[in-house]
Amino acid sequence: MTQVIVNGLYLGAQYALIALGLTLIFALMNVLNFAHGQMYVFGGFITYTVYGQLHLPFVVALACSGVTLAIIGALFERFLFRTVIRRSVRDESTMLLAAGTAFFLDAVILLLFGEKQRGVPKIVNGVLNVDWLIIPYDKIIVGVIALVLIASFMAYMQFSRPGRAMRALAQDRVAAQLMGVNVDRYSMIGFALGAMLAGVVGGLLVAITGVNSGIGGPISIKAFLMVMIGGAGVVGGAIAGGFILGMLESVGLSVLHAYGDVTYLVIFAALMVFLSIRPNGLMGKPWG
Amino acid sequence: MGLTMTSTASKVSALALFLVVAFVLVPWLIAVSGRSDLYYTLTSVALLSIASAGVWLTFFIGRINIGQGAYALLGGYVSAILVTAGGVSFWLSLPLAGLLCAGISVLIGLPILRLRGVYFAMVTLVLTEVARLAALAVPLTNGAKGITDIPPPGAIRLFGLTLLPDFATLANPRQAFYFVTVALMVLVFAGVYRLVHSRIGQLCLSLQQNEELASSIGVNVAALRIIAYAISSFLGGIGGAMFVAIAQSIYPSSFAVADSVNFMLNCFLGGLGYVMGPLVGTFVLYFGWDFLFRTGEFQLLIYSMVLIALMLVLPNGILSLFAPRRKES
Repeated sequence: MTQVIVNGLYLGAQYALIALGLTLIFALMNVLNFAHGQMYVFGGFITYTVYGQLHLPFVVALACSGVTLAIIGALFERFLFRTVIRRSVRDESTMLLAAGTAFFLDAVILLLFGEKQRGVPKIVNGVLNVDWLIIPYDKIIVGVIALVLIASFMAYMQFSRPGRAMRALAQDRVAAQLMGVNVDRYSMIGFALGAMLAGVVGGLLVAITGVNSGIGGPISIKAFLMVMIGGAGVVGGAIAGGFILGMLESVGLSVLHAYGDVTYLVIFAALMVFLSIRPNGLMGKPWG
Repeated sequence: MGLTMTSTASKVSALALFLVVAFVLVPWLIAVSGRSDLYYTLTSVALLSIASAGVWLTFFIGRINIGQGAYALLGGYVSAILVTAGGVSFWLSLPLAGLLCAGISVLIGLPILRLRGVYFAMVTLVLTEVARLAALAVPLTNGAKGITDIPPPGAIRLFGLTLLPDFATLANPRQAFYFVTVALMVLVFAGVYRLVHSRIGQLCLSLQQNEELASSIGVNVAALRIIAYAISSFLGGIGGAMFVAIAQSIYPSSFAVADSVNFMLNCFLGGLGYVMGPLVGTFVLYFGWDFLFRTGEFQLLIYSMVLIALMLVLPNGILSLFAPRRKES
């Protein structure tokens, strides 16, 4: 059972990072970033190229993933989302745009990296083998990096100047603008930051599970699940949702594997019941 | 509320024109050019637009529905199982599939229709994935192998009169499918149009604008939401059942998340403010995608770039091009 819980924590740390990026973009711009899974895949392929092909250190590869995705995110916000939000009558219109960017990234990924499953050499060899736990060292490292990233993201949002500005934006856009917050600039930074998180997680996980161009959609769906559990637009909610989903998946896989591939079916049924009691997730704000 | 300002006469003539084009001109053109594969394409457009019309209806009550693929898949499986295992006539299984989808959507809708905006959108998106997983896991659906070799629809006889011939005996079943699907599509869009311009439609519009206000003046918000969602899922179900009859097979991947997203895109692209929006959107997206096939590996790239560009230029849908003055009213 310890094994299952440690696996759950490890998964949860990755998931929480993905959900953090999604929820940040949602909180700042009211945009559901469909392309989040694709950004994750893109980050994974960049790490694959830099670390697996060019044989540069893993940390450099991770940084490359993060920076590339941050640039992509910033460009998307500046030239696409900002324009459409200004022009359209209904704010759902950004969803079409988000879906369009998801297709676009999918196409770019296919053209640049092909459709094969890609993996990289292990970052560290060996397995930690205590009598109650068996876990490879590279999983531990990846898990720890993820936890450090989560902590530093929270510290950034809590204590830095841009972090404070973004929290103000999420609370009340107009009021923040009236207080002199440069709304356009911090929307762009927020979008870039969200995309960067997705890219970094992609880079982290390529070391464990590898990456292929088809997993973007399923990753997006998992991110949506986490955000629904925790509540959209809240940092704490995203982290809680990530860890809860990671734990559910890990426990579900070990308990329910006798009944076939039904873990996500059960999770979804539970989610429906949960959402009928708490429509806004654990700590989300009402929307509408 | 002035959704359309055109007179009844011009509406009737537009409908007549469409019927003439769909049932006389298109078959004639296909016969002349010898491209009978177009029947298949046009049939697909027609049945996808039926499912998209359902999505549009949920947009009409102010909900973003990305779960239509789930009901299309469910409807498809219901029809396939009824026809293959139950020996039921396809024409009976078609409404049954729709009704079952509507029934299940009421059960699912009761909790999830309380959600709004992005929450509802996300939960419906997950619903599509769940439908696929359920189709893989439930023994009745034969897992990933799917249900194949479904017999084509049989004849409809009423008092000894053959209304529709047995599709297996036809020389050109594609043409027959085309006629049936387009007729169904016309019925569906006429029905949705009627619904939108009825009293219920006006009430639904009030939901789209402000649910609390509507509820405060005595509109039964919960019931209306369920009704609209059930009709939407009914349309998804018959769309899926029709698809199965044409493809004669169904797999868990027949309707996936991408299809659900496409149903939503069809509505957006055509225009959310227009009943015919999903029809126009489906037509443009489907043919656009087909047309780009010759660009090979750049197909998806160009397609997505056009999609993004369209969104930047026409954020309120293609049909907003033809009705520039309606925005003020």
